Amino acid sequence: MKMISAVIRPHRLQHVKEALADAGIVGLTVTDVRGAGRQKGQIERYRGSEYSMDLIPKVKLEVAVEDDQSEAVLRAIREAAYTGEIGDGKIFILPLDDALRIRTGERGEGSL
Amino acid sequence: MHRYRIFFLALLLCAGVRLAAAQSEVQPSPAEQKIARLEAQIADAKSAGDNSWMLVSSALVLMMTGPGLALFYGGLVRKKNVLSVMMQSFMLMAIISVLWALVGYSLAFAPGNSFLGGLSHAFLRGVGGTPDADYSSTIPLQTFMVYQLMFAIITPALITGAFAERMKFSAMVAFMILWFFIVYAPMAHMVWGKGGFLNAALGGRVPTLDFAGGTVVHITSGVSALVCALFLGKRLGYPREPMPPHSVVLSVIGACLLWVGWFGFNAGSALSAGSLASSAFVATHLSAAMATIAWAVMEWIRNGKPSVLGAISGSVAGLVAITPAAGFVTPMSALVIGLIAGSVCYLMVAKVKGIFGYDDSLDAFGVHGAGGTLGALLTGIFATSAVNSIFKDSKGAVLPVGLVDGHGGQLLNQAIGVLIAWCIAAVGTYVILRIVDAVIGLRIPPDDEIMGLDLSQHGEEGYNI
Repeated sequence: MKMISAVIRPHRLQHVKEALADAGIVGLTVTDVRGAGRQKGQIERYRGSEYSMDLIPKVKLEVAVEDDQSEAVLRAIREAAYTGEIGDGKIFILPLDDALRIRTGERGEGSL
Repeated sequence: MHRYRIFFLALLLCAGVRLAAAQSEVQPSPAEQKIARLEAQIADAKSAGDNSWMLVSSALVLMMTGPGLALFYGGLVRKKNVLSVMMQSFMLMAIISVLWALVGYSLAFAPGNSFLGGLSHAFLRGVGGTPDADYSSTIPLQTFMVYQLMFAIITPALITGAFAERMKFSAMVAFMILWFFIVYAPMAHMVWGKGGFLNAALGGRVPTLDFAGGTVVHITSGVSALVCALFLGKRLGYPREPMPPHSVVLSVIGACLLWVGWFGFNAGSALSAGSLASSAFVATHLSAAMATIAWAVMEWIRNGKPSVLGAISGSVAGLVAITPAAGFVTPMSALVIGLIAGSVCYLMVAKVKGIFGYDDSLDAFGVHGAGGTLGALLTGIFATSAVNSIFKDSKGAVLPVGLVDGHGGQLLNQAIGVLIAWCIAAVGTYVILRIVDAVIGLRIPPDDEIMGLDLSQHGEEGYNI
C-alpha cells in the first residue's frame, strides 16, 4: 500500500477530487496548509504597510491506495492540479505498513 | 408622555391664574385665546419633532462606538487581540456614561469660566425636561445632555487605535478617566460650552467654527493617539513582522456603521430637525463619498490595486474632515473637502507614518488627527452665510463667515482653535501617560504581548471555532 500526499493549489482541489473519483478513489483527507517552495511569496498591502507573505496557502490531500493503483492516482492528481506555472505543488509517495477500518476491524488492503 | 401631561397641567394652571388676574381688567377676546392656544400647540409640535430627531441621533452616535468602531478596529488587529480592542470601546461606553452623569456634563456645559464649566449641573441637577435656550430652545435639556454624552464616549474610544495590541487594560481605564477630565471636558467647554473661549455662537473670545467636533473630537483624539503611540513605543516585532488585519470583513461592517452613525453625529449637531440638519446630512454624505473615491484612486495609481481597506479608510477620513464643516458648507464644498481629506490622509498613512516610523497601530492619528486638522482649517475657507448665518452684527444683519464669503480672518480663528486643541491634547496626554506609567505601568509584559491581550488581559479568546 502507498500513502500519497499531494500539496496543490487550493483552487484546483475540485478538479483533483473529480479526477480521483473518475479513477475510482473516493476516500481522501484534505487539509488547509501553508507552505513555501519555489513559488515566491505574495505581496499584501494594508494601508501603508507592505507585507511579503512567504508562506502561501495550499491544500494538502492524502490518499491511501493499493500498490497497483498508485501510478493511476499520481497521473490523475498531476493532470488535474496542473497549470504549468510555478507553484503547482508536489506529490509525495510513502510506503504504508498497514491500515485498519475502525468500524469492522478489517486490516490491510481490504480496509481501504 | 406623563411628563408632558404634568407640564401641560402646570402651563394651564399658570395660564388660569393669569387669566383670573387679568379678568378684572381686560377680557382677552375669544380670537386672542384661540391664537394663544394655537401658538402653544405649534411650539409643542416643533419640540416633539426636534426631540424625536435628537433622540434618534443620540442612538446613532452611540452606534458609532459600538458596534461601529469596535468592529472597525477589531478587524484591523491580529486575531489574538480582537476582544481587547472591542472591550476598550465597550467599557468606555459604560465608564464615560457614569462620569458624564456625575460631573462630566457639568464640567463641559454648565456655566463656568472660559476654559471649564462649573459644578451647577453636577449629578445632573437641573437637567430635566425644560430646554436650555442657549443650547437649543426646543429640545429637553436631558436630550441635549445625552446627545453630548455620546460624543464624549466615542472620542476616547478613537484613541484606543493608537495603543492597540500592547497596553494594559487597567492602564487604559486609568488613562481614559484622567484624559476625560484633563482633555475632553475643558475642550468641549471651550468650543461648545456657554462662554467658552472658542465658542462661536455663545460669545467666545476667539469664535472658532466647529459644527460637530473637528477640534473637540478628532484633533484631541488624533493628537493624543500620536502621543500615545510615541510614548508606548512599537509593538514587538513592528515593522519587521507582518501584522495584517485579521478580518477586513469586520472592518467593512464597522466602517458602514460609522458612515450611517455619522449622520446622527453631524446632522444631529444642528440640534433640531430643520433645514440645517438636512444641509449637514448632505454635506456629510458627499464628503464621505468623495474621500472614498480619492483614497481608492490614490492607491490604485501608486500600488496598481484599489484595496478594500483603502476604500473604507477613505470614507472615514472624509467623514472626519467634514465634521467641523458640516453645518456651514454647501454640497459642492463638501465634495472638495472630501477630495482633499481622502488624498491627504492617504499620504499621511502610507508615506508620512513610514518616514517617521512611529507605530500608530490602527492609524488613529493619520485619519483623525490629520483629517480633523484639515477639516477645521477648511471650515474657515468654505463656511458660508448662505448655509448658516452664525455671525450677525448688533443690528442683526448677516455677516460673512468663511474665506469664500470674504472673511479671511476666520481662517486665523480656526488656526488658533486647532493650535489650542493640539496643545491641550499633546500636553495633557503626555502628563497623563507619565502618571499612569509611574503608578500602574502602561505596557503589558512581552510574554503577554506575544500571547495576545485577549488571553493575557481578559482570559478569553475571540474565536473558539
